[in-house]
Amino acid sequence: MLTVLLILIPLIAGLITFGLKGSGPKVLSMISSLATVVLAIGAWCRFRTAPDSLNVVANWIPQLGSQFRVGLDGMGVMLCLLTAIASLLVFITINGRSFEKPGSFYGLMLLAQAGLTGVFTAFDALQFYIFWELALIPVYFLCSIWGNEKRIAVTFKFFVYTFLGSLLMMVGIIYLYFQTPDHSFSWASFSALQLSQDQQSWLFWLFFVAFAIKMPIFPFHTWQPDTYEQSPTPVTMILSGVMVKMGLFGLLRWLLPVLPHGVMVWSDVAIVLCIIGIIYGSCIAMVQSDLKRLIAYSSIAHIGLMAAAVFANNEQSLQGALIQMFNHGINIIGLWIIVEVIEQRLGIRNMAQLGGMARKAPRMAIFFVIISMANIGLPLTNGFIGEFLMFSGLFQYNHWMMAFAGLGIILSAVYTLGMIQKVIFGQENELTTTTTDLKAGEMLALSLIVIMIFVLGVYPQPMLELVSNTTEVVNKLF
Amino acid sequence: MNALISTALSGVVMMFVGLLVRNKQHIKFFAIAAIIIAFIANLALYPSVEHGGYILYGMIEVTKFGVIFNAVAIGATLLYFLLSGSEFEKVGVHVADYFALIFFILAGITLASSFSNLLMLFLAIEILSIPQYILAGADKKNLKSNEASLKYFLMGSFSTGILLMGITLIYGSAGSFNISELGLGADPIHPLALCGIILLVFALSFKVSAVPFHFWTPDVYDGSPTVFTSFMSTVVKAGGFIAFLRLFHVSFTGGNISEHWTLILSIITAATLILGNLSAVFQQSVKRMLAYSSIAQAGFMLFAVISLNNLGAQGIVLYAAAYSIATIGIFAVLMKLKDYTFEGFNGLARKEPLLAFTVAVCLFSLAGIPVTAGFFAKYFVLSAAIQHGQLLWLVIVAVLCAAVSVYYYFRVIMAMYFKQGDPEVVPVSGGFKAGLILTILLVLALGLAPNFLLCWL
Repeated sequence: MLTVLLILIPLIAGLITFGLKGSGPKVLSMISSLATVVLAIGAWCRFRTAPDSLNVVANWIPQLGSQFRVGLDGMGVMLCLLTAIASLLVFITINGRSFEKPGSFYGLMLLAQAGLTGVFTAFDALQFYIFWELALIPVYFLCSIWGNEKRIAVTFKFFVYTFLGSLLMMVGIIYLYFQTPDHSFSWASFSALQLSQDQQSWLFWLFFVAFAIKMPIFPFHTWQPDTYEQSPTPVTMILSGVMVKMGLFGLLRWLLPVLPHGVMVWSDVAIVLCIIGIIYGSCIAMVQSDLKRLIAYSSIAHIGLMAAAVFANNEQSLQGALIQMFNHGINIIGLWIIVEVIEQRLGIRNMAQLGGMARKAPRMAIFFVIISMANIGLPLTNGFIGEFLMFSGLFQYNHWMMAFAGLGIILSAVYTLGMIQKVIFGQENELTTTTTDLKAGEMLALSLIVIMIFVLGVYPQPMLELVSNTTEVVNKLF
Repeated sequence: MNALISTALSGVVMMFVGLLVRNKQHIKFFAIAAIIIAFIANLALYPSVEHGGYILYGMIEVTKFGVIFNAVAIGATLLYFLLSGSEFEKVGVHVADYFALIFFILAGITLASSFSNLLMLFLAIEILSIPQYILAGADKKNLKSNEASLKYFLMGSFSTGILLMGITLIYGSAGSFNISELGLGADPIHPLALCGIILLVFALSFKVSAVPFHFWTPDVYDGSPTVFTSFMSTVVKAGGFIAFLRLFHVSFTGGNISEHWTLILSIITAATLILGNLSAVFQQSVKRMLAYSSIAQAGFMLFAVISLNNLGAQGIVLYAAAYSIATIGIFAVLMKLKDYTFEGFNGLARKEPLLAFTVAVCLFSLAGIPVTAGFFAKYFVLSAAIQHGQLLWLVIVAVLCAAVSVYYYFRVIMAMYFKQGDPEVVPVSGGFKAGLILTILLVLALGLAPNFLLCWL
């Protein structure tokens, strides 16, 4: 029941919000996201005591063997928590901002949250597919209505890309459905399938392309920097903080358990693509002058590392990837909040025109430095433990691959420190002297993020325990 | 059977109504009442065929499947009357005659879903075609409408000739008109039968506007009065498909005969999907885009015919419902606009939110986005093809084409929601809005719970 509520609350709140005016949408979405955070934490507690009580099965389309089947395992709890926290952070940050047509804006944000939670809880392939698409539609409208000037073409590219990927995945799902002995879409029947090597190796690509587009992995990434740049920053937070995790989640929940031999055949190719993405994303990030594009490319690099770790597929790398999914989500939302702060104050994102902001906005500068350090993966911040586990897992898989992926760390330090230097240090100019420091809402959101960064950096044990059963499930199959 | 009698009778009655009733509103109400009676009469037959059908005089077979398909066709027509019934009077003065012609087409469709004899097939196809030639030319003073009518008539006559030729050859080889007794499966296959089947494939492909027999479609759909295009491209097309499906599933599946025509038909399907979608991309007028989209959607419906299994048959009922409802909804809104180009939709969401939302939901359905009826429709036909086993290449082609289709469907959504403009919209009545809400609810209901229709099959 708890699991269903996690989807239903944002869904219903979202639908109601469409009809509200004035400050109604703001208040309702804040209440709804607070409620989901509380519920997600409740789910975590319940997961430690009685994990089975989180699963719900109901009849949906009996002719097809598809059921409404939601449930939560460690990974599910973690990602639902991330989704809920991300929405709350977004709503806190934009509390002071006013949008055109607020009812639609907040409504779509809540619907996106409902879709994402649905993806993370689905244990039925058809239902997974449906939520996968549903999460996309609100985001498409959000980007296209409230984005920057090139928004329509850019978000459309994003939509077509992901839609094509998901259709290929649907072909794969239907094919697998006919292979199941009991003609069922449930995760259990899918992962019990014994397919031949040949079948698995071509089915792999149907799923891999869908997930690779979503993450994105090189060479399917071309939609990503443009979309991040053109979207309104609150939406970018959801996109990069939570939505890209859908791809990684898909790998872990569906691809690895269902097609283990396919993964074994192609994991080298996939990891090489990921590593190209890491180096390519980092190199381009170094020469970007636009803040949003820089973070977008850095995100390609980080996601590439996580995907590589997933394909390396041993216990350490999987654990690392899993907790990094959460931590990367938190950190990148922090960075986007900083971007939002700068953009709202000064109206620009070009780093050549920024500089010296530390003097006028010291609090923002402190937060910016801490979050950037976490993003690089400095010890004692939350980014460290995940990266450490992923690299040691990759090292077990293949030394050379780890060595090349490791370049990403160095490069990431280069562009992140460069960004800090250009934005907050250096000479002030006419524009940056007009800036003001953080407002209460932004302060609150950033403080929450920094608390999480340090808590999870110093004591990551609860999170590791939470995801440990997921890695066991995946590992057992090999 | 009930559906056939009630629709044919309603057609005759409507012609007399035209003589006696002057008020055009009243004529519309008569038509709606008649179609509701036909709907109920058709469903009244359901209990008697629930556990197996029966054959009447060796000519018509009443089956559960046929009854449900008729219910979908008549139901879609009802929705069409509710949404667009008042547009009839803008075409010309003979409103009652137009309604009568539509009832005759429906009679043809109900025959197409239940024939058990090749002669009845021929009659069905003719009954559903000839009124269309008249409707296409109903706007007598408009040259494009005349052209559409003439073109449709000429091309239609050719295809009828081919159909007859095919039936003759089949009769020559099998010695029977009864579709369940043709016995063409035996080896070696009679060459006459093979020629006959291929001619039938061509003739029926023409009726459902599959590539390369589609050249009439854009011109006819574009030239005809919009209100009739809406009907011709939806319910009538579904009628053509049901004839196609019925004939090929009953007669031409035994033994290895199906191998001979499935290859041809799968090439036709691939061509239909590719050409239909790619041509739709380049259209400037939404009406013409919908004409090409109907070709593209026909490609998906052909899957049901090729895959030769139960899923395909279920799929075509769902597809017919999903596609008809969505297209009728879009056309209903289109007719309220002055400008049929994509620019004509600019800013519609701001001016008429309900109209824009209906179009958006219908377009989502056509594109096959989940939670709309179109998703499960596509799902069923694709699964039918995957279950068949040999058609995976075609499924991949279809999926790539579906991604292309998003481009032209979303152009309308982009115009309505993301662009600025002040479209000229005819004032709409409360009844029309209620009809639109009904459309939205139907699309979503079929998308959330396709059972709602499938549990009857």
